[in-house]
Amino acid sequence: MKKNLKYNLTWLAIMVVGYVVINLLEFAGIIDQFGENTMVLIGINIILATGLNLIIGFSGQFSLGHAGFMAIGAYVCALITSSVATPMGMAIGMIAGAAVSALVALIVGIPTLRLDGDYLAIATMGVAEIIRIILNNLKITNGPAGLYNIPLLATWPVVYFMVCVTTLIIVNFIHSRDGRAVMSVRENEIAAESMGVNTTKWKVLAFVIGAATAAIGGALHANYIQTIAPTDFGIMESINILIIVVLGGIGSITGTFVAAVVLGLLDMILQNFGTLRMVLYSLALILLMVFKPSGLLGTWEFSVRNLFNRFTRSTKQKGDA
Amino acid sequence: MTLLDIKELTKSFGGLTAVSNVTMHLNDNELVALIGPNGAGKTTLFNLLTGVIVPSEGTIAMQTDNGLQVLNKMKPYKVAQTGLARTFQNIRLFKDLSVLDNVLIAMTAKNKEGFFSSIFRLPSFYHKEAALRQEAIELLKIFDMQDQIDNLAKNLPYGEQRRLEIVRALATKPKILFLDEPAAGMNPEETADLTRLIRKIQQEFHITVLLIEHDMSLVMNVAERIYVLEYGQLIAEGTPTQIQQNERVIKAYLGGES
Ligand SMILES: Nc1ncnc2c1ncn2[C@@H]1O[C@H](COP(=O)(O)OP(=O)(O)O)[C@@H](O)[C@H]1O
Ligand SMILES: [Mg+2]
Repeated sequence: MKKNLKYNLTWLAIMVVGYVVINLLEFAGIIDQFGENTMVLIGINIILATGLNLIIGFSGQFSLGHAGFMAIGAYVCALITSSVATPMGMAIGMIAGAAVSALVALIVGIPTLRLDGDYLAIATMGVAEIIRIILNNLKITNGPAGLYNIPLLATWPVVYFMVCVTTLIIVNFIHSRDGRAVMSVRENEIAAESMGVNTTKWKVLAFVIGAATAAIGGALHANYIQTIAPTDFGIMESINILIIVVLGGIGSITGTFVAAVVLGLLDMILQNFGTLRMVLYSLALILLMVFKPSGLLGTWEFSVRNLFNRFTRSTKQKGDA
Repeated sequence: MTLLDIKELTKSFGGLTAVSNVTMHLNDNELVALIGPNGAGKTTLFNLLTGVIVPSEGTIAMQTDNGLQVLNKMKPYKVAQTGLARTFQNIRLFKDLSVLDNVLIAMTAKNKEGFFSSIFRLPSFYHKEAALRQEAIELLKIFDMQDQIDNLAKNLPYGEQRRLEIVRALATKPKILFLDEPAAGMNPEETADLTRLIRKIQQEFHITVLLIEHDMSLVMNVAERIYVLEYGQLIAEGTPTQIQQNERVIKAYLGGES
């Protein structure tokens, strides 16, 4: 039990040190405004992509509708913070956005998650389109023009904190009995059912958790960019999130982090290339998929436990010698 | 005492009647064999009993702590939770997960997680995990697989994959265990070992085992009763000695297949 505490404290330390280091780098002027912008966008992408990875990589359900749930979070939080422009309003906005998104995911998930593979992908894409069209036609969302003057409440410490929270929830969920049940659905549905696993329930639950995190990503997006419109949440946005998951390695949360950072930096560097930017970006993706089709990290995960074990083993060996 | 009561069970695929009007029963704590040539409908019968496919006609009733329960039209996971576990003729392990995880997954239904204790990693989470892990390892030990726990299921040799299927089914703590040709593809020596092991666990765990085998000679020594299936129909039922002397069985086996 002591050991578990040690691992958990190490994780906590990593998060705190990360926060302090970034602060110091900002203070020293190494991270400028432009750098901070990149950092926030990477953070939001991490939140969006870990949720999608839970759905695709761990429950094995192919969803192409992530941007729809992101939109729900963005609009709910934007509307709430527009009347309550305080950090408290932001917190309430994120929770409300996640709750609405989860509810919608539950309602659409139960019928659509019966479908397999390509059919599910198309169905989820349709759901996201419906959400977008509803936003386009509602009065409260201001139709195609969208919402603007949304208060800037998603500062980078907020985004950093939310990256930690959502990752912790998803990773701890995956590494639990519930998470194992979710993975058994991906591995073999018939066998899972025959072992007493209610596969529909776990599929829907993974989908709902993924949708809730997408909403948190959307909420941060809205309160960082400060303007949102239905066109921001089309199929291309879903695909952008999917690219991060595939590139990092389907089924690797560590990979999602690495891919979000790599793509974020790549995007930043390519800003100088003007219109060539999208070509070079796409080219980089193609090369990566050709030479490393399982993604940057495959299904490998960084683990404090393994790190400690390796460390103690190597010191033991030194002691023996 | 009758544990599972199967009445006039029928399943047709289009024009083909794979299981036809089968009536049989399983008693508490006995080892029963179901034999029959390839294509006789044995696997289909298992699929019907475990809810994987829905019968065209007939009933399946199970004696549970809450009285008699009708199983047909129940979802497979519900059937499993009432105490029926199975292995698959064409192996269906969780291939990309470790041996230990394969066994632990089978334990989830009876060990529900507290969402908050797992998300916040409360001490109760770790206690429960450690206890389940120990239980899983004990089960794996019976099949001499305790050294394999961290290996991926897909990397196990064929024979061990079949054994893991049995361990996984046992981990659900079933009342009845269905084994679909557990010795398929094994050599005679391995098969004899496995058959003995099956007898041993049946007695130690006090469970009912229904063992499918298409080779009749293998089950003669271990089964208390035998059912014989041919073209979807039960053609005989009885003790091994009775089955050996049954005219129709001799005809089906010696006349047809070698
Ligand atoms: N899903 C299915 N659809 C159509 N026919 C099937 C299906 N499953 C089994 N069958 C047929 O039912 C018959 C019995 O098969 P099976 O139960 O697998 O036999 P056994 O396990 O005794 O070898 C075979 O003729 C097989 O082709
Ligand atoms: Mg068969």
